[in-house]
Amino acid sequence: MEWMLEHSYLMLLLAGAFGFLMAWGVGANDVANAMGTSVGAKALTVKQAVIIAIIFEFAGAYLAGGEVTATIRKGIIDADAFSHAPQYLVYGMMSALLAAGIWLMVASWFGWPVSTTHSIVGAIVGFAAVGLGMDAVHWGKVGSIVASWVTSPLLAGIISFALIRSVQRLVLNHDDPFERAKKVVPYYMFLVGFMISMVTMVKGLKHVGLDLSPFHSVLWALLGGAIVMTIGTVILRRIKPDPEADKNFRFSSVERVFAVLMIFTACAMAFAHGSNDVANAIGPLAAINSVLASGGEIGAEAAMPSWILLVGAMGIVFGLAIFGARVMATVGKKITELTPSRGFAAELGAATTVVLASSTGLPISTTHTLVGAVLGVGMARGIGSLNLRVISTIFTSWVVTLPAGALLSILFFYFFKGLFGA
Amino acid sequence: MSFGSSIAGLFGRSPIKPLQQHYDTVHDCARTLADFFAAVTANDWDKARAARKRIAELENQADELKKQFRLSLPKSLFLPMPRTDLLELISVQDKVANKAKDISGLMLGRQMTIPPVLADVMQAYVQGAIDTSAQAQKAINELDELIETGFSGREIRMIEDLIEELDRLERANDDQQITIRATLFKLETELSPVDVIFLYKIIEWVGDLADRAQKVGGRLQMLVAR
Repeated sequence: MEWMLEHSYLMLLLAGAFGFLMAWGVGANDVANAMGTSVGAKALTVKQAVIIAIIFEFAGAYLAGGEVTATIRKGIIDADAFSHAPQYLVYGMMSALLAAGIWLMVASWFGWPVSTTHSIVGAIVGFAAVGLGMDAVHWGKVGSIVASWVTSPLLAGIISFALIRSVQRLVLNHDDPFERAKKVVPYYMFLVGFMISMVTMVKGLKHVGLDLSPFHSVLWALLGGAIVMTIGTVILRRIKPDPEADKNFRFSSVERVFAVLMIFTACAMAFAHGSNDVANAIGPLAAINSVLASGGEIGAEAAMPSWILLVGAMGIVFGLAIFGARVMATVGKKITELTPSRGFAAELGAATTVVLASSTGLPISTTHTLVGAVLGVGMARGIGSLNLRVISTIFTSWVVTLPAGALLSILFFYFFKGLFGA
Repeated sequence: MSFGSSIAGLFGRSPIKPLQQHYDTVHDCARTLADFFAAVTANDWDKARAARKRIAELENQADELKKQFRLSLPKSLFLPMPRTDLLELISVQDKVANKAKDISGLMLGRQMTIPPVLADVMQAYVQGAIDTSAQAQKAINELDELIETGFSGREIRMIEDLIEELDRLERANDDQQITIRATLFKLETELSPVDVIFLYKIIEWVGDLADRAQKVGGRLQMLVAR
């Protein structure tokens, strides 16, 4: 304990490195999956997708990521169980970061579709339950998190289904779908802007120092939606029909309108992902920092220093730049069947679900939510073919990832305990 | 290393494009019958042989595409239409090409000549069958629009209109067949009996080709129907 406090800078440096590794994994794997749909629909180039991801991931983490960070930091485990030995919390969170980071790399190497969220939750539950005893885990909270892993893809699927149905009814089933698209698409843009500003108003501005009443929040969100809608309408004005392409496929011009919309939903997706998944890397880091900064006190409300968010953001940016761009290109090539009119429905359905989960503090898997959203579009008979085997691989990845993350984290926990002293 | 496999792995290859490509090949095959008949009518057997070779090649290609299509349609795929309907449709499509190959094969093998009196009507008759196939192709080409709109009522009506036109073309082809048979009946005594028998056979087969093209439309209609 004394040793740990004396060397708190060293410990922070080490924890920062593990957090960076975890964020790197999130950037290389998760973000690329989330943004790959936009690349696949040819709404964005890989370069543009990376730039959007960097900006909106950061914005999402900063403005709407607080609740999930709090859950990861202190919601899953019972802080009281650590009050007699706060150093265990530090060792445990370090182990969880390292375990989840390594597990992500191993899984990615073999191409298993694992979720960063599942890895970190499994790892935290693992070290707490085994290192300190079953009482150290808030099992009720863990139960609701696990339940949200089932409900989030379902909800995303339902929203996407409704969105694609509305596109079919409002745009595609009309005499002049191109003109209809130009009229209807701005309203979808409004929806995107409204949703993001609403979450920002409700969740984000409190810690910036602005506390708005719900009524004012709605007003500002409406304004946000209107601004996005205006920008979108201006861009849409430049989209002209292409009769040559329409000869081959009658909806080619319509899809060009939806491609513009997909730029906005891609931003929403990155924002949603940032609000939920960045916490996987910075939540444990925040927990470690609060113990070390308060000199061994548990549960002290230490404000999260900005360097922690920066470590998370930098990790994601590096992960994106080194591997993520390549992954996006691969994912994009494989999903050319997803035209912008379906891609936007899938992205908006997933983004809305993820942002909702973030505001209630539930860490969910963005990738699995997106899979649910795509299946929702498929249910509306909108996609040529979907490979249902993915559902069973996802299920397997749950069954494997939770124990794997837990086991690795337990190993590291005892290793750190032996190394730094009880 | 295969990062991001879950989203990418979710998407199978759409069966629509391969299905359309298959019929494009089938129709190319059927269309070459026009060249073949022109060569036969002109008694240019070198040209007829070349056309027949092209027909056989295209038929082989269509067979290959059909095989690939079946192999790439595992049961684990989630499709917007029943898998069995798609498999049936491609079999029906393939039969159009088979007929074109049969017709050209028999005519080349027997070095059949077409009586000059029949030449014009015969050419129109073959063209009628090819037009029927072209109409089937048009209907098949609507399939991607059908998926795009999620089987919207408007798109279904559009396909139904195309199929109705297809039925009309096939009926017209039937009428042509009746006329051409009547003409041949009057000529029977002037021709060798064996030649006449085979001419009837060819006339029947050309009608079959149009009939099979119509069946493609029928299958498509079942696939579109809710």
